[in-house]
Amino acid sequence: MDKNSLIINLMDVTFAYPGGAPVLDELNLQLHQGERMGLMGPNGSGKTTLLHIIMGLLKPSSGNIEIFGKTVRQEKDFRSVRQRIGLLFQDADDQLFTPTVLEDVAFGPLNLGKSQDEARTVARKTLASLGLTGFEHRMTYKLSGGEKKLVALATVLAMEPEVLLLDEPTAGLDETTEKRIIDILKGLDLAYILISHNIDLLMEATHRIGYMIRGKVSVDEERIPHTHIHIHEHGRYAHKHGLKWPDKKY
Amino acid sequence: MIVKEFAAGDSLIQRLDPRVKIVVATLFSVVVAVSTQWVVLVLALALGFCIVQVAGVPMKELIRRLVPVNGLITFLWFFLPFTFEGESLFSIGPLVATREGVYYVARISIKSNAIMVVLITLIASTSIFTLGHAMYELGIPKKITHLFFFTYRYIHVMHHEYLRLVNAMKIRGFRPRTNMHTYKALAYLVGMLFVKSYERAERVYNAMLCRGFRGRLYSLSQFSMKTIDIIFLILMLAVILGLVVLEWTRIA
Repeated sequence: MDKNSLIINLMDVTFAYPGGAPVLDELNLQLHQGERMGLMGPNGSGKTTLLHIIMGLLKPSSGNIEIFGKTVRQEKDFRSVRQRIGLLFQDADDQLFTPTVLEDVAFGPLNLGKSQDEARTVARKTLASLGLTGFEHRMTYKLSGGEKKLVALATVLAMEPEVLLLDEPTAGLDETTEKRIIDILKGLDLAYILISHNIDLLMEATHRIGYMIRGKVSVDEERIPHTHIHIHEHGRYAHKHGLKWPDKKY
Repeated sequence: MIVKEFAAGDSLIQRLDPRVKIVVATLFSVVVAVSTQWVVLVLALALGFCIVQVAGVPMKELIRRLVPVNGLITFLWFFLPFTFEGESLFSIGPLVATREGVYYVARISIKSNAIMVVLITLIASTSIFTLGHAMYELGIPKKITHLFFFTYRYIHVMHHEYLRLVNAMKIRGFRPRTNMHTYKALAYLVGMLFVKSYERAERVYNAMLCRGFRGRLYSLSQFSMKTIDIIFLILMLAVILGLVVLEWTRIA
């Protein structure tokens, strides 16, 4: 892909928490326009740290970050980045901080200088697009886990970002809600980086998958055709293949 | 523990400009707090109940909120009458209750209830976000406004965190006793709560930065002084001024 379509470009980025070993060690990562990238890796491998570095919440000790073709270094540079990149936090409770849903969703647009009417309209529209009509005046701290996640997603989408960084958006959610969120993500016309431990989910919702280990991201894009051995566990009885029980996954 | 607002209602009081409410509630509280004249205090309490009537606050709600305050005051009734010097009223064993002591507690009781009633009706009838914004508009320092807002919002979260920790202790058989183990466990609990609050605060702040926060809270509601606001403001200022005059000139 050409350089113009590059949205996020991390070059040799190193970061360590005070007194610790480097979490990111000369890490390189590129995200292009419209690209959907999955990110997995063991707990503590630095996936969340990586997203926070991109948003400028943490400052790397060395390396270069280019976002939308511009080098970003200081708080001032990151302010404009945050208008165009939305980060969905792991814990929705961190993201929702106003008493009512509508106020929370309107918080971002108001910060971006929209008028009260505009902010309200955007907030309502975003909520409606996520199937959350009627949630406007619900108390944020009384929502269920799944509802909180969806509202948190609404607060990010209301800022009309060009890129999304999603930190385990479906962790701890039931299958129905998980599917709902993945369908929403796939329906968006946005580039995103999606962190998850669920490989099936990543394969469905992303174009390529990076694996994070020892402070680096490695991407395996090779297509590997392979076969599986099929076992008849209960003798030589003939049976149909590909039959799915409702509670069993193949 | 948690303050639940009843901001959804639509009475005359609830529709008032929040700035007016803050100004009136603050002035009223200060004047009542420093007053000593009986007539002023009783009038203030009466005024408080008038506002309650106009606001249409359900009696049950009001009482539920007044109970904690009066619990504390009941406590004072047990002690203060016996610790003041003055004319003896009655005695229990070696303890002598004085007239001055009783008067003193009675004043405190009336003052606190009058102030609480007004605060409940005026302040609790406003959504916290609007209130924060109104404080900002009134020129109250940004830091105080934010402190106020986040304290309100995160009392709830901290309370949950606390309950989670307590449960975690309970399921492992913790029962508070008078021994070192208990003190240590409770100290850990408090310490953990501090650490967790700090970290939570940091994450929330980061989340806000990501959504373009630059130190100002905006509100979705537009403030506009209407005729009714001005009438209410003038009326209340006049009444409060009346209380001040009564107190100072000691007419009664």
